[in-house]
Amino acid sequence: MARLIGRRLLLMVPTLILVSILVFALAEVLPGNLGRSILGPYATQQQVDILNHHLGADKPLYERYAVWAGHFVTGHWGASLQLGTPVFSTVMRALGNSLLLAGFALVIIVPTSILVGVYAGLRRDSLLDRAITISTLSMTVIPEFVSGVILIVVFAVTLHWLPVSAMPPQGAPFVDRFYYLILPAIPLMLLELGYIARMARVGTVQVLAMPYIRTAVLKGLPRHRVIFGHVLRNALVPTVTVIGSQVGWLIGGLVVVEFLFVYPGIGNMMINAAQFHDVPLLEACVLVVAVLYMLSNLIADIVVALLNPRIRMGG
Amino acid sequence: MSAVDSQANATDAAPAAALDVRDLEVTFHRRGRDLPVLKGVTLHIEPGEAYGLVGESGCGKTTLAMAALRYLAGNGTVDAGQVLVEGRDVSTLSEEALRKWRGEAVAMVYQDPATALSPAMRIGDQVAEVFRYHEGLKKAEALERARESLRRVALPDPDATLRRYPFELSGGQQQRVVIAMALAVNPHLLVLDEPTTGLDATVEAEILDLIEELRGRIHAAILLITHNLGLVAHLCERVGVLYAGRIVEEGPARELFTDPRHPYTMGLLRCAPRFGMNKTDAALQTIPGTLPALGEPLAGCVYSARCPMAKPVCTRREPDLYAWPSDAGVKGAAEAEAMPPDPVAYSPHHASPVGEAARHARCYFSAQVPEMPQMAPVVGASLEARGASSGDVLEIKAVERTFKDGRKRLTAVHDVSLNLKHGETFGLVGESGSGKTTLAKCVTGLIAADSGTVTFEGKLMRSTAGRRSQDALRAIQMVFQNPDSTLNPAWSTRAILTRSVRKLAGSRSGSVRAKVDKLSADVRVEPRFLLQKPADLSGGQKQRIAIARAFAGDPRLVVCDEPASALDVSVQASILNLLVELQTSESVSYIFISHDLAVVRYISDRIGVMYLAELIEVGSAEEVFNPPHHPYTEALLSSIPKLDFDRRLQRIPLRGAMPSLSEPPTGCRFHTRCHRFLGDLCVQQEPPIQEAVTGHTYKCHIPPDELLAAQLADRPASPVEA
Repeated sequence: MARLIGRRLLLMVPTLILVSILVFALAEVLPGNLGRSILGPYATQQQVDILNHHLGADKPLYERYAVWAGHFVTGHWGASLQLGTPVFSTVMRALGNSLLLAGFALVIIVPTSILVGVYAGLRRDSLLDRAITISTLSMTVIPEFVSGVILIVVFAVTLHWLPVSAMPPQGAPFVDRFYYLILPAIPLMLLELGYIARMARVGTVQVLAMPYIRTAVLKGLPRHRVIFGHVLRNALVPTVTVIGSQVGWLIGGLVVVEFLFVYPGIGNMMINAAQFHDVPLLEACVLVVAVLYMLSNLIADIVVALLNPRIRMGG
Repeated sequence: MSAVDSQANATDAAPAAALDVRDLEVTFHRRGRDLPVLKGVTLHIEPGEAYGLVGESGCGKTTLAMAALRYLAGNGTVDAGQVLVEGRDVSTLSEEALRKWRGEAVAMVYQDPATALSPAMRIGDQVAEVFRYHEGLKKAEALERARESLRRVALPDPDATLRRYPFELSGGQQQRVVIAMALAVNPHLLVLDEPTTGLDATVEAEILDLIEELRGRIHAAILLITHNLGLVAHLCERVGVLYAGRIVEEGPARELFTDPRHPYTMGLLRCAPRFGMNKTDAALQTIPGTLPALGEPLAGCVYSARCPMAKPVCTRREPDLYAWPSDAGVKGAAEAEAMPPDPVAYSPHHASPVGEAARHARCYFSAQVPEMPQMAPVVGASLEARGASSGDVLEIKAVERTFKDGRKRLTAVHDVSLNLKHGETFGLVGESGSGKTTLAKCVTGLIAADSGTVTFEGKLMRSTAGRRSQDALRAIQMVFQNPDSTLNPAWSTRAILTRSVRKLAGSRSGSVRAKVDKLSADVRVEPRFLLQKPADLSGGQKQRIAIARAFAGDPRLVVCDEPASALDVSVQASILNLLVELQTSESVSYIFISHDLAVVRYISDRIGVMYLAELIEVGSAEEVFNPPHHPYTEALLSSIPKLDFDRRLQRIPLRGAMPSLSEPPTGCRFHTRCHRFLGDLCVQQEPPIQEAVTGHTYKCHIPPDELLAAQLADRPASPVEA
């Protein structure tokens, strides 16, 4: 088990290197350039070229990458070219915001979706199961920018039940933040709830058909013991894997939602950095998200191994 | 009779039956269709009695057991009849009473112990659960009781086993755990559903011994569901034969098996190769046709479509379950002739046995069953007819193959040499894990041998199939145990065979079609099945297609790895006949792997016995199965449950578990488990190869004459099985 974890952690290194190269290359092909972004559309081409030369942005790609990478691994993440603030603290603040949103959504999504999915699975083919299956499926197919806009229009603009903004005004107590997060979290819940609930349902249905469940029932165990002792542990294995991969998305992939709700999260920051050709900031954002994504998958795999002794001991 | 009456009656009389099934009708509902599975089944089992329910797969055996435990699948309903367990109607139990009743009064042992145990829960917790929820014990006490239970089923090192997970145990140990769990609270009725199917013969024998031994102590009634008639003969006092949801014959085991009075029972008994029978003696009898599909309307007697004795009256009206011996059947036939024909209906009153006799058969013509016509040519296939010659087609020399498992090295095949004559069948037997399949794969080139040589028709074969010549690939083919995983499910059978013909025979398009038609005719698959996909075929048909595939390139050597093990006995017989027939017509040689010793004995000319990666005995089929033979072979042979009531052998138990392939025992590999263990000699020195008679060799320290004397002395009742 420890060896397995060690190997997976080591594997992260080449992945991160590859990701950083990719981001560098992709930033290169984006239209525009750093000088133009800083000086704006009214500067002359000559001024732009001079600034680019000053910033070293006209050097060959590999050279710029080597310089950046050398600084990055030694802990010098530098300053954002766009904001002028230190990259590290800027990214961490944005990450904190994103984690808060993702965590808030997850705390609601995970238990609800598992509960709903397992319940539907246990009552397979009942009216309730069909209702759950259809409603969760239809929730999943609504893109977050559609549901987000509708929610804003209905609950914020028309009904005034919830604030339009996702951030409370300066100086408000921390608890207030959750109130402001309700609206942006709902589109995420709609998407994830359906997905995870359906995984939990399928897992439950499959496990219920296994011979060992028959054994447990015919042993004369009470229903709660059959479900909690024998069904859930095996049924939730695929669900845990899915949650692991979704956590990564919830942290780094919320570009649309953060943009829509003008939320200062890491997704929003990535967009801005990319548009501005702010490569140090962009790289830091992407790499932090990549690490979190891989870690959440690793944690999911560890949980799976804990649920399944065969994997645990085989590793 | 109402439930109240019957319960009152039951308490008036002596103790109520452990299981009393009355006119039970169970229907499955699938896609809007009603498919009757059980059509008025009546049977009862006295307290402490063992009752065997036999029949082919799909005839409703397991459904009956599940109905008895009130555990039908969601789409199954009990339409009529009752199940009384110890006088209580199971359908009237409340949820809580049902829960208490399961586990305390009834318990079940399942076919596949690997899937019957919860994979992520420790053995101890699984067994302890029974005590926690039935006796309300605390966890620690429950675990203590679990330990006792494991000890009772003779599991080695119960303390360690308590902490293990199911996948860490062998199949036999898993089944012991399941039995321990079933017997934890001393149930009065024990349902055994194919409890030894899939286990090795030696393990099967151990489990059987255990059940017999426990029976003496717990006094539970047993309902044994199996297709293995030998098992029933061994364990049960009474037998019911189920066909298409109807009990067709019932009676005391011994009488029913020695003097069957229903054509289906007779057919089942004739299908299985009798122990010691060989293909040169006679072809196996088969049951023509297949089990009717669920919901298929049956005219009159459910078996009439397949019955070699069927007469017009049989489809006119269904016979009752007549007492035997009596003339009730004859009278029934006369009545049926007199009454208006009613071929489809069966009424519940037909279901119950008529009269109080011990034996019943649902047949108008029970008296004629002993003279039932043979369904296959009785003549066997002699070696000469097969064009066998003395030349070697295959020579294996010192083949060795080791696998890596983590840091351990497992030698699956160790120094195996053997030769196979042209037109001969070489049977390979041994427990699972003995290296049979690995050796076969080394021959076909699916696995490369680490060292040693495989010479085919005088030519040295490259170790992997990919590097062999086209001709060698064509000439050496393989038939696998499970046709489901060998046939592409997305292709029609014609497409499967066409591809094989193109690949193996290299035929051009014009002749391909003709060749495919000939192949399917050779394996007796009707042309209409060629349009279907494997999923639409029966198990036997699938295996026929798999055999046709192997024969597409006119092979000279076919390796058959358990080709009939997963099939019902009647289907198995027809597949074995087919293989013998193809051998005669195509003059092909076989390596035949099976754990079923009667089957191997039937089909093989020579037999090799493998133990822990070594070939420890080789000889003609008859010689290997008779003394003097290797003590391991002796133990294997003694472990098969046979239908023979008079010459029952004393089983020779194998001590301990199979040693690990990574650290095989020193000296003789079998010494740790041998009942003829000599002492230090066996531990320290590798035994020599001894020759009992010319061509029959075995690897043991005991010389042939001593071995013969000892083995004959130990089994006076039956010196010669053949």
